[in-house]
Amino acid sequence: MKMQIPLILVFMCGVAMLAQFMIPHEYSEDFFQYANDFVIVIGILALPVGIYSLMSNTVRKAQRDPKERPFALVTIGAYVIMIIGGMKAEWFFSPTSLSTRFFDNILIPAQATLFSMLAFYIASAAYRAFRARTALAAVLLVTAFVVMLRLIPLPEPIATWNNGLVRWILEVPNMAAKRAIVMGVALGGITYSTKILLGIERAYMGGE
Amino acid sequence: MRQRPSSHFPRRAIFPTSHGPRSSPLRWAALVATWVVVGTAGAFALAPPPSLIAADNPNDSGHGVLLTWSASPDSDRVAAYEIYRLPWRPASAGAPYGANAPDSVWLLAGTVTGDARSYIDQDDEATLGGGINPMFVPRDGQVLYRLRAVGADGTSSAFTPIATGTPRGDWFHTQRVNVLVIAGLLGGFMVYFIRRAQRGGKLYIRPIPGLSRIDEAIGRATEMGRPILFVLGTGTGGDIATLAGYTILARVARKTAEYQTPLLVPVYDPVMLVMAQQTVKEAYLAAGRPDSFKAENVFYVSAMQFPYVAAVNGLMMRERTATNFYMGVFHAESLLLAEAGSTTGAIQMSGTDQMAQIPFFVAATDYTLIGEELYAASAYLSQDPKLAGPLKAQDLVKAAILLIAILGVLEMTILRSGWFRSLITPY
Repeated sequence: MKMQIPLILVFMCGVAMLAQFMIPHEYSEDFFQYANDFVIVIGILALPVGIYSLMSNTVRKAQRDPKERPFALVTIGAYVIMIIGGMKAEWFFSPTSLSTRFFDNILIPAQATLFSMLAFYIASAAYRAFRARTALAAVLLVTAFVVMLRLIPLPEPIATWNNGLVRWILEVPNMAAKRAIVMGVALGGITYSTKILLGIERAYMGGE
Repeated sequence: MRQRPSSHFPRRAIFPTSHGPRSSPLRWAALVATWVVVGTAGAFALAPPPSLIAADNPNDSGHGVLLTWSASPDSDRVAAYEIYRLPWRPASAGAPYGANAPDSVWLLAGTVTGDARSYIDQDDEATLGGGINPMFVPRDGQVLYRLRAVGADGTSSAFTPIATGTPRGDWFHTQRVNVLVIAGLLGGFMVYFIRRAQRGGKLYIRPIPGLSRIDEAIGRATEMGRPILFVLGTGTGGDIATLAGYTILARVARKTAEYQTPLLVPVYDPVMLVMAQQTVKEAYLAAGRPDSFKAENVFYVSAMQFPYVAAVNGLMMRERTATNFYMGVFHAESLLLAEAGSTTGAIQMSGTDQMAQIPFFVAATDYTLIGEELYAASAYLSQDPKLAGPLKAQDLVKAAILLIAILGVLEMTILRSGWFRSLITPY
C-alpha cells in the first residue's frame, strides 16, 4: 500500500497532464496553472526540511571538528543576517538594505570568482582530452585545432583561410551528432516518462 | 441699393446641359478641370481590402480571433494594414459596443505589413494594471473588427465593412496530432516488447561502459576505505535526467550498503533532498542494512549554483572521495565539479542529457553516459524485461525516424517535389 498509493497518484497526475497537453481550452490551461502552483507549494513546504538539514549538518560538523567552527559560524551568521534582512519587503528590495549589500558585495563577487575558474578548468580539461593517444583522439585534436584557428583572434589571412572547412565541420558532422543526441534524448524522455506513468519504473522511489 | 449677383451663372447650372444658351467655353473648361482633379485623386486613393473575415482562432484557449482578408486592389502601394477593434467592457460597465459606435471608440489592435493576409488578435487578461483591459478577447463573446490599408506616404484607405468574430475554446489541439501518433506508436511497441520479454524472449541491450563499471568503482572506494560522492546535479525533482539519476543512486546505495562504504549525497533542492533520502533509505533497507543508513549523509547544501559547487568541491577536497558520480541535470558547474574531482584522483562517472555539458564530462570524467544512456540505466542495471522492453520500442521508433530522414533526403535530392516535406511538416 505504501508503494501503491504513490503509483496511483503518479498515474492519475500523468494521465491528466497528458490530456492537458492535447486540450488547449481555457479550463485545461487553468488546470495546468493550478497544478504548477502545487509545485511551488511543495517546494515551499520542503524548504524547512532543507534548512534543518543544512543547519544540523553545520552544527554537527562544528561539534566534531574544532577547525570547522569558524566556517560553521559564518554559515549560521550569514543565514541569520539574511533572514533578518528579508523580514520586511522594503528591507529586501531596497538597494541600500543590509541583505542587498550582502548579496551584491559578497555573494555576487564570490560567485563570479568561482565562475571565472572555469576558464582555467577548460584549459586543463582540453589538455587531457586532446592528447593524441589513439587514431580517434588524433582526429579530435586536428579538428579542434582547425576550429580553434578560426575562432581565436588572429590576423586576417590566418583566421579566414579555413572558413569553409570550419563551417562544414560545425554544420555537418557536428550538427549531425548533436541532432542524433537530441533525438535520442527526446525519445528516451518519452519512454522514461511512460515507464514512470505505468509504474514500471519505480527506482526513484527506492525500488529497482 | 440692390446687390449685384456674385456670379454670372447660377450655382446649380455649373454643369452644362443641353439647354442652349448656358453652354460656353468657360464652363467646359471648368468641367474638364473638375474631372481631372477628381479623377486624379480617385486614381491615387487606396482601396481597402474587399473582404475581412473574423473567425475563431483554432487550437487556443478561447481568447483569440483569427482575421483574414484578401489583398487590397492597390496592394502594390500598400505598406501596412491597420486592424481596429471595438474595446471590451464587462457587463457591469454597460452594454457591449455595437457596430454603430463612433470612430473615436475604435482601438488600434495591431498593424501588419502590406504582404500580410492574416492577424491573430489574442488577449486573455480581462484586467490590466487593476483596471479593465479593453483589448481583452472574451471567450464566447463577440468582438467587432475593421481594417484599412495604409500607403507608404501615410495615406490610408477607407475601412472595410465590420466583421464579427466569436472566439471559442477548443477541446482538441489538432496541431499536436503528430505527437500523439509518435507517442501511440511508441506505446504500442512498448507493450509488444514488454509482453514478448515476459514470455521469455531475450532482449539484447548493448554494453554501456559507464554503467558496467559502477560496481568496479564502488569496489575501488571500498578497498581504499574512502567515501563515495553522488551528485544529482542542479536540476529539479521533475527533470527526467534527475529521476534517472535516482535510479543509479538507488543502485549505488544498495552496493554501498552491502560493502559498508560511506555514501555522501549533497543535494541542490529541498524537494530533491526528501526524494534522495528516501531513495537511499529504501536501498539500505533492500540490502538488509537499515541500521547503516545515515540521514545526515544525504544533505541539503544550497539552491544556488555556485555556492553548491563551492560546497561540493570543498567536500571532495576534505573527504578525499574515491569515486564521484555526477548523474542528472548539469549546467556551468559540470566542469568545475569534474575538474575538482579529477585533481583528487577520484574515479569519476557522469551522465547528463544537457547537450552543452556532455563534452565537458567526456573530457574530464572517466566514463560518461551520453543523453539517452542515462535513461537506459534502470533497464541495464536491473536486466528486468519490463524495463528493457521500452528500450527496444525506443530503438524501433528511432529506426523509423532514421528511415524517414533518409527518404526525405533522397526525395529532396532526386525528385525535389517537396511532397515528402509537406507530409512530415506539422500542419
